[in-house]
Amino acid sequence: MTVSLSLEQITAHYGATKVLEDLSLHVGEGELVSLLGSSGCGKTTTLRLVAGFLEPTSGAIKLGERDLTRLPAHARDIGLVFQTYALFPHLTVRDNVAFGLKQRKVATAERNRRADDMIERVGLGHLADRYPANLSGGQRQRVALARALVIEPPLLMFDEPLSNLDAKLRVDMRVEIRRLQQANGTTALYVTHDQEEAFSISDRVAIMNAGQIMQLDTPEVLYSRPANAFVADFVGFENMIPMRAIGEAGDAVRAEMAGGATLDFPKSQFTVPSQDFVLATRPEGLAVSTTDWGIPATLGLRTYLGRAYQYQCTTPAGEVKANGPLSAPYDEGLHVNLIPLPEQCCLLPAASA
Amino acid sequence: MKTKTHPLLIAFAALVFAFLIGPLIIIIGASLSDSSFLTFPPRGLTLHWYENVFAISAFPRTMWTSFQLAVGGTALSMCIGIPAAYAMARYRIQLPRFLGNIYVLPILIPEIVLGFSLMKSMAIGMDMPIMASLMIGHALIVLPYCVRVVGASLNSFDFSIEEAAISLGCPRWKAFFTVVLPNVRAGIIAGFILAFITSINDVSVSIFLTGPGVSTLPIQILAHMEQFFDPTIASVSVLLMFVTVAVMAVVERTLGLTFLTK
Repeated sequence: MTVSLSLEQITAHYGATKVLEDLSLHVGEGELVSLLGSSGCGKTTTLRLVAGFLEPTSGAIKLGERDLTRLPAHARDIGLVFQTYALFPHLTVRDNVAFGLKQRKVATAERNRRADDMIERVGLGHLADRYPANLSGGQRQRVALARALVIEPPLLMFDEPLSNLDAKLRVDMRVEIRRLQQANGTTALYVTHDQEEAFSISDRVAIMNAGQIMQLDTPEVLYSRPANAFVADFVGFENMIPMRAIGEAGDAVRAEMAGGATLDFPKSQFTVPSQDFVLATRPEGLAVSTTDWGIPATLGLRTYLGRAYQYQCTTPAGEVKANGPLSAPYDEGLHVNLIPLPEQCCLLPAASA
Repeated sequence: MKTKTHPLLIAFAALVFAFLIGPLIIIIGASLSDSSFLTFPPRGLTLHWYENVFAISAFPRTMWTSFQLAVGGTALSMCIGIPAAYAMARYRIQLPRFLGNIYVLPILIPEIVLGFSLMKSMAIGMDMPIMASLMIGHALIVLPYCVRVVGASLNSFDFSIEEAAISLGCPRWKAFFTVVLPNVRAGIIAGFILAFITSINDVSVSIFLTGPGVSTLPIQILAHMEQFFDPTIASVSVLLMFVTVAVMAVVERTLGLTFLTK
């Protein structure tokens, strides 16, 4: 059974503090969507609302045809994996995994068979009789995963499941999670603050800030085409140059940046979104060049990155970072132009900054 | 490297231990003495005074009362203390800080004041049966131990474990019994034992609440001593001591004593 999850215009408060505002989110059947953001952005609150540990002030939560909004947490049938694993310390691995089946009144023999199958699937067959205290962090998380999966929930949710593991294990575990989630075709909601983790594992990622989703899209789009300055900054667009469109110049839009320098954006390559906008780019999106089109800049410190040289540049609009070719290292103090590369630059409306 | 311990320190430590253990040895000696008044060192050896404890019907009777009060009072107290400790640990952020201190009031207020006010309000004011008011009084004086010791266990409990149980289809109330309670069992047993011992030994509150026909063992010991200054007192004290030691030994075996000091 594969179903979709819908959050419709959810607003939530902690006491008088509004933590989520008018949040809508759709997770398609069998899709894995991550909520990504720094702490306090509302991602964990969203997960806890879906789990039923919090109630929204307004809005609706639907899992397939079922309205979960006012359903008690234990009746929601959602597999949950916690950051602290939250294994039952007084139960063996087998009993931990069988716990959900026991709540569903599955007969003992059947219960143990299914629990053992699942423990086998996560590679812990030899540890079924151990207690959680005698397991490593990675093993514990596998048990937690098995425990959530064995009840065959229509929805799986993960609350920063890997943040207590070391780096190597984290990569292994996320592959494992993705593999099991795809094998079962289970719809999943994944909460994390780790961008690499979110991008690597998800079909789509929702980048959150201050209780709102800033952008929800595939990792590829988020990485190369952020929709606003917040997301651009979040995914590593280090250069943000405020600009203002001042007129047309042939088939280009002429824009003025702080400090008075102007730059013509050919309409065939760039779409200026509004009168005030931001040119956002990573260092590799600005090419250091001695031709006469571009942002005038004075080169500062040069660093070697392996694939390119990176320069700290001083422009009329402030400090930016730009990359130059390995074939021609430029010296400090040289006056150059920085050419915005259309496929690596985004022109974003200034208001959303 | 060998650390040298100053002989004065050894002497001091020995003195402290003598002070702690000495009276207990003396009382054991006195209880075995073949004389009709309390004396040490014992003159001759007899178990007569132990027989006497059971021959005077007031002793077994009050022992039974004390036992009932200790078990009943502590159980009653746990019924209030466990939910209170749970709420304070679970909703720590939402609840006001002073709430935790309210539960400790029974140890902070002089027991004699507590005893008198309980007598005034329950025994006299409400005309409550003696046994009932004693039970409530004992529940009250042991409440701080229940709340504090169980609370200490709950404070180190990861409540996402409870949420995990709920998410797996276990209703809240059931999750409390199947997941929370088993994991704070040590705290509950520890609290129970501390409360039990406190209740068994209580004099100041009980003395106000006991009345005609109903008394507790410590009150009976006092009453007996006022009339007869014989080694029966020593014998009953030794018995009480051994019960306490036995309880502690069981705890030490099953849970380890260290968690009492946590």
